[in-house]
Amino acid sequence: MSNDTTTATADAGTPLRDAVPGTALLEVEGLTKHFPIYGGFPVKRRVGAVQAVDGIDLAVHEGESFGLVGESGCGKSTTGRLLTRLLEPTGGRITYNGQDITHAGRKQLAPIRSEIQMIFQDPYSSLNPRQTVGSIIGGPMEINGMNPPGGREMRVRELLETVGLNPEHYNRFPHEFSGGQRQRIGVARALALEPKLIVADEPVSALDVSIQAQVVNLLQNLQRELGIAFLFIAHDLAVVRHFSQRVAVMYLGKIVEVGDRDSIYNRPRHPYTHALLSAVPEATVTAARDGEGRERIRLAGDVPSPINPPSGCRFRTRCWKAQDRCAKEEPPLIRLGGNREGHLTACHFPEEPTTAAREEDVILDPALLAAEKGTGAGSAGPVGKVDR
Amino acid sequence: MTTLTKTEDSPAPTGADPFLSVRDLYVRFSTEDGIVKAVDGLSFDLERGRTLGIVGESGSGKSVTNLAVLGLHNPKSTTISGEILLDGQELTGAREKTLERLRGNKMAMIFQDPLTALSPYYTVGRQIAEPFVKHTGASKREGRLRAVEMLGKVGIPQPQTRVDDYPHQFSGGMRQRAMIAMSLVCNPSLLIADEPTTALDVTVQAQILDLLKDLQQEFGSAIILITHDLGVVANTADDILVMYAGRAVERGSVKEVLQSPRHPYTWGLLGSMPRLSGDVEQPLKPIPGTPPSLLNPPPGCPFHPRCAYTGEVGGDRCSSERPVLPEGRGGACHLTAERKQSIFIEDIQPALG
Ligand SMILES: Nc1ncnc2c1ncn2[C@@H]1O[C@H](COP(=O)(O)OP(=O)(O)OP(=O)(O)O)[C@@H](O)[C@H]1O
Ligand SMILES: Nc1ncnc2c1ncn2[C@@H]1O[C@H](COP(=O)(O)OP(=O)(O)O)[C@@H](O)[C@H]1O
Ligand code: SF4
Ligand code: SF4
Ligand SMILES: [Mg+2]
Ligand SMILES: [Mg+2]
Repeated sequence: MSNDTTTATADAGTPLRDAVPGTALLEVEGLTKHFPIYGGFPVKRRVGAVQAVDGIDLAVHEGESFGLVGESGCGKSTTGRLLTRLLEPTGGRITYNGQDITHAGRKQLAPIRSEIQMIFQDPYSSLNPRQTVGSIIGGPMEINGMNPPGGREMRVRELLETVGLNPEHYNRFPHEFSGGQRQRIGVARALALEPKLIVADEPVSALDVSIQAQVVNLLQNLQRELGIAFLFIAHDLAVVRHFSQRVAVMYLGKIVEVGDRDSIYNRPRHPYTHALLSAVPEATVTAARDGEGRERIRLAGDVPSPINPPSGCRFRTRCWKAQDRCAKEEPPLIRLGGNREGHLTACHFPEEPTTAAREEDVILDPALLAAEKGTGAGSAGPVGKVDR
Repeated sequence: MTTLTKTEDSPAPTGADPFLSVRDLYVRFSTEDGIVKAVDGLSFDLERGRTLGIVGESGSGKSVTNLAVLGLHNPKSTTISGEILLDGQELTGAREKTLERLRGNKMAMIFQDPLTALSPYYTVGRQIAEPFVKHTGASKREGRLRAVEMLGKVGIPQPQTRVDDYPHQFSGGMRQRAMIAMSLVCNPSLLIADEPTTALDVTVQAQILDLLKDLQQEFGSAIILITHDLGVVANTADDILVMYAGRAVERGSVKEVLQSPRHPYTWGLLGSMPRLSGDVEQPLKPIPGTPPSLLNPPPGCPFHPRCAYTGEVGGDRCSSERPVLPEGRGGACHLTAERKQSIFIEDIQPALG
């Protein structure tokens, strides 16, 4: 299955590494991670696998920010953990700086470890509750023998300030902070080692807009001035758009669309990319309320289980354009006619490259449909549009 | 305290008594370090059938305010003063029994993380039915039927079978729907949703927010939607209350606040948000500095250490005199109305894209 995708990509003559100038710092081909599931009684045996990541190709270039978006459970974090080799891949190849690290051991990885840092998603479990903020952030510096000018404590206090915390909180413990404040500590800790590549897994998701803006600007400065490359994982599409030059959209373990920022946000072809973009709430009254401007698409339910993903195109169970062919044939990730170089889409029946409002909303959610039919008749705005 | 503050700091009179009315609410926690002034003289009103979005940074007192309304603070370490009137009934100082009767019946809550609110040991159906059985005296069977009905309403497919599932058998979005079903099961007139979609994917968030709107039309509940996401508020709420350091700094309709905000803090919030249509070459414009310590909040306007406009006000007024939030629409800031308008139009709006 994953081979199909890889071959098709090559056939189209648009391997990802050509999309943007600069050398690939990190390259991934056919990367796969299946988590075995055990069950049965009395003897436990392997009964299946969670196909968390299923044959993806991507390349992160030196100093670039590569965004990875998609819904919860689609495999973003697993991808991040594979790249940082916190997880062992089931298949495929990972190359860092020309060196194959797919199955590299501890020793081989040692010199790379401080060059690739990870910022974690969960602000609770990633902080040791018994350590003070000072030692949480200063710890990695100590382990790696870093002695910043002015001393570690001063650097930690600086970092606290940069992520929007009061430097006086140096001696406090994680439980004394709110959820948002705790996440800032994790960001400060990852910044401490000034690495070459940061795999940032939802680094700003738990932060307030204003602090989020400070951190995004800060990460952007690190990217631009120190040339740190980012694999930036987030579900907030506006943040990813702001921060990443190239973006890949994932669905159920696959990359369904990838391209430069403008192609993905203004000329998306994959129905799922359209659905994602249309779900973003925008803080503008006109766009939000008058149903003008952007299209409105409401998918049904959540992402299906990756244990038993749909055959053919994995998005077909939630796709309004699905046809028989979608169940039989997996669509290859290729450059469609009219797409820019490096803009690849995996869909048999792609959408028009625009995000403008449609004549009719696409509403697949049964509860919404029922509720809107029931109350929609007399009401104005997007609700009424369903019946048109 | 102070009939003075009361008249100064209250929303516009609307004729009828509002369904929920909060006046001069103070919530303080005693801690080892001192007294935390988590809510510091807050007033707002909410009518039936309307949604009030409360926005503000982490630690601004949004959750504390709403836990006070629900009567969920630990009385040992918490001091609450002020008035909370729900349909004419005083809730501050009400007995625990009274509050317990109101919770889950007249007022209900949707939490950010459904897993902490749903017990792993009971089926989803049983947990939805429980408040219904408890408050209406319905039989177990009726409770179950009601649970099936509610699951259907919130869009869970095959509710007759899913009613017997345990929470871990539900996906994140389904759990949030189950929570919504649980909180709506007694037709509460007040629904408090504390970051109800923060843990969800955008596609599911859009479904849930649309669903809340539609269910509100059906049930006519008043909703308080707590969020840090102005986009969520823009899509879902009728009115906005912007909180800073335990106080309301701006209030108005969604349209008013988003199109002509009247407080430098609100400008800051708007300017720091990345947008799908924004200019990616422009760095975001975060508010400088950090939120204040509530152990020792800044005197005068609590926003003054982070505010770029203190010079325009002149003297040390910003750091010595607490600005008053005018009745109804307005912002708690010493700048003149004309000045606020011109600053917004000339400096802030062009950068919003
Ligand atoms: N039980 C408590 N004891 C001491 N201080 C508390 C307690 N609960 C909250 N606080 C403090 O009260 C302030 C307001 O907290 P609250 O939880 O309302 O913020 P919030 O706006 O909901 O933030 P977030 O978005 O992070 O949840 C914070 O400074 C917080 O540290
Ligand atoms: N250790 C594990 N064992 C089994 N399944 C796992 C494990 N880690 C992740 N998964 C599953 O893999 C899928 C992808 O997970 P993840 O990469 O964490 O998603 P996300 O995009 O939210 O970060 C999910 O279905 C998840 O439940
Ligand atoms: S291949 Fe078919 S099911 Fe998949 S996204 Fe395209 S149209 Fe939809
Ligand atoms: S009162 Fe002064 S410090 Fe406060 S917001 Fe207005 S100008 Fe800024
Ligand atoms: Mg994740
Ligand atoms: Mg909160």
